[in-house]
Amino acid sequence: MGEAIILFSDISKHFGQVIAVANTNFEIYRGEFFSLLGPSGCGKTTLLRMVAGFEAPTTGEIFIDGQPMSATPPNHRPVNIVFQNYAIFPHLDVRGNIAFGMRKSGLSRAELDQRIDEVLELIKLPGYGSRGADELSGGQRQRVALARALIKQPKVLLLDEPLGALDKKLREQMQIELRQLQQQLGITFLFVTHDQEEALTLSDRIAVMSDGHVMEIASPAELYESPGSRFVADFIGSMNFFEGEVSCRETSTVRVTTRVLGEIEVPLTTASPTTGERVWVAIRPEKLQPVFSEPQSRTNTVVGQMGPSAYLGDRSHFYVHLTQREEPVLVALQNLERSLDHLRRPNQPVWLQWADDAVVLLPRD
Amino acid sequence: MKTGRTWWRPDGFLVYAVAYLVFIYLPVLFLPLFSFNNSKYIAFPLKGFTLKWYQQMLNSPSMLEALMNSIKVGLIVALLSTILGLMAAKAVTRYRLPGRGPVISFIMVPLVIPEIILAISLLILISQADIPLSLWTVGFSHLLLCTPFAMLVLVSRMEGFDRSLEEAALDLGENSWMTFWRVTFPIVLPGIVASMLLTFTISFDEFVLAFFLTSTDATLPIYIWSSLRFPTKIPAVLALGASIFVISFFVVSFAEWLRRRGVKMEATSRI
Ligand SMILES: Nc1ncnc2c1ncn2[C@@H]1O[C@H](COP(=O)(O)OP(=O)(O)O)[C@@H](O)[C@H]1O
Ligand SMILES: [Mg+2]
Repeated sequence: MGEAIILFSDISKHFGQVIAVANTNFEIYRGEFFSLLGPSGCGKTTLLRMVAGFEAPTTGEIFIDGQPMSATPPNHRPVNIVFQNYAIFPHLDVRGNIAFGMRKSGLSRAELDQRIDEVLELIKLPGYGSRGADELSGGQRQRVALARALIKQPKVLLLDEPLGALDKKLREQMQIELRQLQQQLGITFLFVTHDQEEALTLSDRIAVMSDGHVMEIASPAELYESPGSRFVADFIGSMNFFEGEVSCRETSTVRVTTRVLGEIEVPLTTASPTTGERVWVAIRPEKLQPVFSEPQSRTNTVVGQMGPSAYLGDRSHFYVHLTQREEPVLVALQNLERSLDHLRRPNQPVWLQWADDAVVLLPRD
Repeated sequence: MKTGRTWWRPDGFLVYAVAYLVFIYLPVLFLPLFSFNNSKYIAFPLKGFTLKWYQQMLNSPSMLEALMNSIKVGLIVALLSTILGLMAAKAVTRYRLPGRGPVISFIMVPLVIPEIILAISLLILISQADIPLSLWTVGFSHLLLCTPFAMLVLVSRMEGFDRSLEEAALDLGENSWMTFWRVTFPIVLPGIVASMLLTFTISFDEFVLAFFLTSTDATLPIYIWSSLRFPTKIPAVLALGASIFVISFFVVSFAEWLRRRGVKMEATSRI
């Protein structure tokens, strides 16, 4: 897909003994919405700050639009950042904040005023130009921080958990607006978040990070439907894992023997393991279809007893205890009917069924 | 009714506050009172209104010279100690200094050394080095005395300073020098003003160091001290004292206004 606007080449960053980012190689394409996703402390901010130029990599080189950046200070890099706390200048009003980076733009006073008005329009704060920094709500500060960076027309906009401080409703609204803004302007966004839902909603591609390592880079659908490792499968959404071993590979399927599910058949994909390999058989909770009376077909079926359930409005979660397994299986069910009686009978038998392609095989060692 | 009664009840704290204010301000109020009194003697009963002491003050070149000396030394000391304090404050709040704690205590030591000790040791040092005593040596000793105060004021100001503001300025294309002028300086300005006022005041009324380290040029405290031997000079000193009191009142009010503005700004730099 497209050409690289940012290239991380053997990048790592150590703080004394702490390895914040381990040897990392990947690229971000021009015009894409790229997210760094991972738990707190995994090195997302450090990676972002190396792009902005606030931290020097311990090893490696970052290329922005083909140019090596190691000798370029932050003020000469063609990127701008929206800080987690927004860092709005408290001694300037909204207009002053937005105009801050335009001192050397060569625009006349009138042209600059017009540009600022355009940007205020873009971030939906027209008429707020003379507001002081202390007269803005959290969401408005966030927009001003965005405007201040966007008016510079950076090649890449860096955003460090920009929605973290907002309440849920506002956050969802800002997600939509951010995505629209990015598509409208065509600027590459490098977005940091620890919220997997946010990353899935916004991104063209996501890099999942853990402990300074980039675990996997893929589109949201690929990450969710065919994750490459148990870590990623577990981190994004929920996943049930069963131990298994490949018994044989046929032309279009792989047979896997499991203690809990018996012998199952999984469609062959390019990533399918070879005979004898130990694997995790992974199935998402919503891909398990519960049946409350004994089904005709016994393929891809396992029986268990109803465990505790949780009502979540649009869907319900419940656990099913299998005889062969200590850990219960999580099942998610859309609440298509208003009556939820079937969930309220503990210990009644329930059969779980799944489609052949619902199963993901992941390496186990 | 209810509020009225609470007003009148002799609240222990209120009594204390009033007593405190009287204690502080009553003696100071004698200054303007006697400066307008038509008598050489500072004693009741008052004799009548006059402006002649103010006239005498303006016609006393040695007093005005001492005043000018004190102002000159005070301004230079305020400026230099604030610059030094600013650099030190930036160093201890921004960089991971090895041995930060000991460095700070070392800079703060002059705060707790008795001035008389400082004065004697400086006098020894300066005479050993064959440097003639002058207002410069006084200024130098005041610089030593004032820098820790400047640093105290500025460190507390810079500690609340959000580091990402400077990074934001760099990110938006300014170099570190312009970042200082466009972001750091305006935000730290109230602290700088407070530091200048404090250090100026300390230098302005400092007696012991000035007494030991000056030669023939008197600073104002030394002039006043030497006037005490000539009772006729005292009313003019009162007039000068009253004038300084009024001027400082306005200067301090201005500084307080600046500080409040600073607090308001600080509140907005957090979310
Ligand atoms: N300036 C620093 N000095 C020392 N350690 C740091 C510094 N910045 C980050 N770290 C460490 O590096 C790791 C990654 O931090 P960070 O990039 O902030 O993670 P994230 O943004 O994913 O939460 C953490 O263990 C953190 O403690
Ligand atoms: Mg972070």
